Amino acid sequence: MVKLKVLVIDDEKHMCSAISKALAQYNPEVKDTDEKISFSIDTAYTAKEAFRKIEKMDPDIILLDYKLPDMSGLDILQKVKFDESECLVIMITAYASLETAVSAIKSGAFDFIAKPFSPEDLRKTVFKAVQQLILARQVRKLTEEKRKVRFQFISVLGHELKAPLNAIEGYLSLIKEKALGDDVSNYMEMIERCLIRIDGMRKLIVDLLDLTRIESGEKKRELGNFNIVDIAEESVENIKMEAEKRGIEIILQAEKEIYANCDRGEILVIFNNLISNAVKYNKDNGKVWVRIKRDDGKVNIEVEDTGIGMTKEDQKKLFKEFTRIRNEKTKHILGSGLGLAIVKKIADLYNGSVSVESEPDKGSKFKVILVDKTNDK
Amino acid sequence: MSKVSQNKKVLIVDDDIDFLIQTETRLKNAGFEVLKAESQKEAEELLKKKKPDIAILDLMMEHVDAGFSLSYYIKKIYPDVPVIIVTAVTSETGMDFDASTEEEKSWIKADVLLQKPIRFEQLLREINRLLEKK
Repeated sequence: MVKLKVLVIDDEKHMCSAISKALAQYNPEVKDTDEKISFSIDTAYTAKEAFRKIEKMDPDIILLDYKLPDMSGLDILQKVKFDESECLVIMITAYASLETAVSAIKSGAFDFIAKPFSPEDLRKTVFKAVQQLILARQVRKLTEEKRKVRFQFISVLGHELKAPLNAIEGYLSLIKEKALGDDVSNYMEMIERCLIRIDGMRKLIVDLLDLTRIESGEKKRELGNFNIVDIAEESVENIKMEAEKRGIEIILQAEKEIYANCDRGEILVIFNNLISNAVKYNKDNGKVWVRIKRDDGKVNIEVEDTGIGMTKEDQKKLFKEFTRIRNEKTKHILGSGLGLAIVKKIADLYNGSVSVESEPDKGSKFKVILVDKTNDK
Repeated sequence: MSKVSQNKKVLIVDDDIDFLIQTETRLKNAGFEVLKAESQKEAEELLKKKKPDIAILDLMMEHVDAGFSLSYYIKKIYPDVPVIIVTAVTSETGMDFDASTEEEKSWIKADVLLQKPIRFEQLLREINRLLEKK
């Protein structure tokens, strides 16, 4: 229930009470919101009283008589609008001329209603104002939420970028102080750690650029008919070296050609992120299967591994930005926490979806579905 | 300083390998013997075999409050071992607490809470102070 504050400003007392009565039991509903509206109504008979009450109650809607004993309604209107309040003003006028209505609207009134009017007329006019108010509030709430999410993202990002800098700085000052003596070879572990942290930082920045490019929509998508299997092969080629170091085999299972209308770069990012995850979170000498299938207007991509897997709870958090599963098994694995969020964002561009099946210590299977109706036979 | 640190065993538990390596190097140079663990579990195994003179624990490891659980565990088997908990949680999660009031001390089973990033001199000062108090 949303309570809207209404102030009726009219020197005719019977008019004030008639309006109060008409709105007291009125509980309209605004379409597409769950909000039911009720009104709390106050009245003022003079301009002086009106200003005092406006100050005090900060009304959402003002019903304002065109003529008051101590000031004209238009002057009050100008004063209210000057204060940049979000309050909507409905002018009540006895002179049902177009001229007065126009001057009221020009001065910033939301609407006008001509005396005499029925309770039904009044409700109709008030309802329009209510719709306007609720809509404006929803837009504001949404903007505010977006802003908060953005701030949170930037704040986490700041920490993610600061952490490797702290680590590198720590090592460099130890080296500068010659904490392990004069022999350079004593410092190899420290230098190696610095390089690892720099590499992690670079990956984070690359992921971040991917993510902002997708989100901003500024990068021109270069859609064309591409062979998805080709793209997968390129990705496997990219990651093969890393995999072979740990005896992990990547197996591509697909027909030779599966065409889809897509942006080549986007699909490559999907494969790179999923396959490198499947390698990173695998056991030594494990396997990674990459499967691509086309069926009924969709391209199904599946990347399965024999890795450490994860619990149902962890699976739920997986596609959020900066989510990394922290446990004994993942503590030595570096990642930006953005990879899967990026995969999800790209899948969204294709009206598709991402899902995961996983069992701890057995492995994980990621499925990406991309919608593409152009290549159906 | 050297008197206090001579042959004293410091246990450091942190899943941040870089913090571990750097603190170990500096503590060794200050004359301490260093025991390391990268998780609560690993630390508990190590504690069954060895008793440190003081423990430095990271708060967030495999669980958000792993440091607290581990501190509780240490105080149970070695009541006289002082515990320092280091944490970055205030800046990362907005959680805020320290072990200065009696009420906080009663549920945070640690002697000192320090905020990351932490200067080694500050850590060393706390270690020496707690070891002298013993």
